[in-house]
Amino acid sequence: MRISMDIELKDIPGQLVQALKPVSDLGGNIISVLHQRDKKTASGRIPVQLVFEMEERRLDRLVEKLKAKGMHVVSIGKERLKDSMVVILIGHIVHSDIRDTIERIDSTGFAEVVGLSLSMPGVDKKSSAALVLSAIGKKELKEALKILEETATKKGIMIISPI
Amino acid sequence: MGSGVAEVVMRKHDEILRKHGLDLRIVGIADLKGAIIDEEGLNRDEIARFGADGALLDMSSLELIREIEHEVMVEATPTNVTNGEPGLTHIITALNSNRHVVTSNKGPLALEYRKLMELAERKGRELRFEATVGGAMPLISLIRENLAGNGITAIRGILNGTCNYILTRMTNENLPYEHVLREAQEIGIAESDPSKDVEGIDTAVKLVILANSVFGMDATYRDVRVQGITEITPDALKLAKDAGYAIKLIGDVDIDGRLEVAPRLVPVSDPLNVGGTLNVATIRTDLAGDITVIGKGAGPIEAASAILSDIIAIYS
Repeated sequence: MRISMDIELKDIPGQLVQALKPVSDLGGNIISVLHQRDKKTASGRIPVQLVFEMEERRLDRLVEKLKAKGMHVVSIGKERLKDSMVVILIGHIVHSDIRDTIERIDSTGFAEVVGLSLSMPGVDKKSSAALVLSAIGKKELKEALKILEETATKKGIMIISPI
Repeated sequence: MGSGVAEVVMRKHDEILRKHGLDLRIVGIADLKGAIIDEEGLNRDEIARFGADGALLDMSSLELIREIEHEVMVEATPTNVTNGEPGLTHIITALNSNRHVVTSNKGPLALEYRKLMELAERKGRELRFEATVGGAMPLISLIRENLAGNGITAIRGILNGTCNYILTRMTNENLPYEHVLREAQEIGIAESDPSKDVEGIDTAVKLVILANSVFGMDATYRDVRVQGITEITPDALKLAKDAGYAIKLIGDVDIDGRLEVAPRLVPVSDPLNVGGTLNVATIRTDLAGDITVIGKGAGPIEAASAILSDIIAIYS
């Protein structure tokens, strides 16, 4: 998972290296480091913005290590869902309980339904929907589409996916 | 279809003779009712009369293929995907009689591709079928000849002009499927029984021909996962459009054995997003990258263009 983290370092030599070492020690892959010497905080610390890839379960351990070194972890931002896809659905979407379909995807933990526009022309007529799926990666996005297709086929809903 | 071929062979006779040194003559034509023959070559009037008044000779198509001396048999009977007939027997008989075969009929190839190609090879004759996929759009010879040396990893595209017309018109005019279908039938773009087109069968059959001829599969049209366009709503087209997509009936075949016909979302900026009755195919290659061909998929003269290029290719 891609993680962005704002930390604050004491203004003494070697602090940046000290901050980056635990990231690699825990198997993380550093993508960018923004060392903002000119934006010192009121308490005289230097803000650093890190972006790295790391398994989520190791994140707590990293924060502990940084704190143990006397660094301040100001904020952690998780860019969880990186890949998205629009899918069109046609059928008796509401009657067949679209919530259930959405929950099945959300419960995977790696994908979510992040958008839905629905168009219902009449009670007996088939409705159409545009659904936005997001997932943590391309593979997971495909997996989510597969789940959607399986549930939809059972409910007699047609799925139109991007080429 | 057959009359289109006769028309084009006549119209282009002198040009083909000049450019390719080929003196093409039509020595016999047969339909269900009988045949006309002239070993010196039929002329325009004789062919026109055959079209208008019917046959002069009580001779079957199979007798014509077996007994009248000729080099190339052009098979242009309608596609039948149940048993491939009468095209299948025509082609087998012609190859067994040592004729080259050029066909626009998809049925025999969708059902018995490997058997027919093996027979052609055994007989040392050519069996060419450019007209079966994408009409005038060059696809099979493009891959075999111009892209020779490339590995083809996938082909995907719009292979049915009727479906493309219906979806394009539904999108542009916000009209329901049934309405646009009736309109298409009135102007002759859809047949009175449109099921082969709108249910994706025609696209599936073409996909099978590509799967077998380009990817070396031994597939029949029953192996294709098929979904047609009859359930598509104007709302769905609008939702897709708002998200930056067009809905098209896409045939998709790849090197991993995927064989699928389904309505898909095509980004509006993608070269596959062509409108009206046009056909289009993107060929994914390992050296040349993606190559996209666009052309007219249907019509007697367009199909005749593909047949003519096959005939010329036999002699070049």
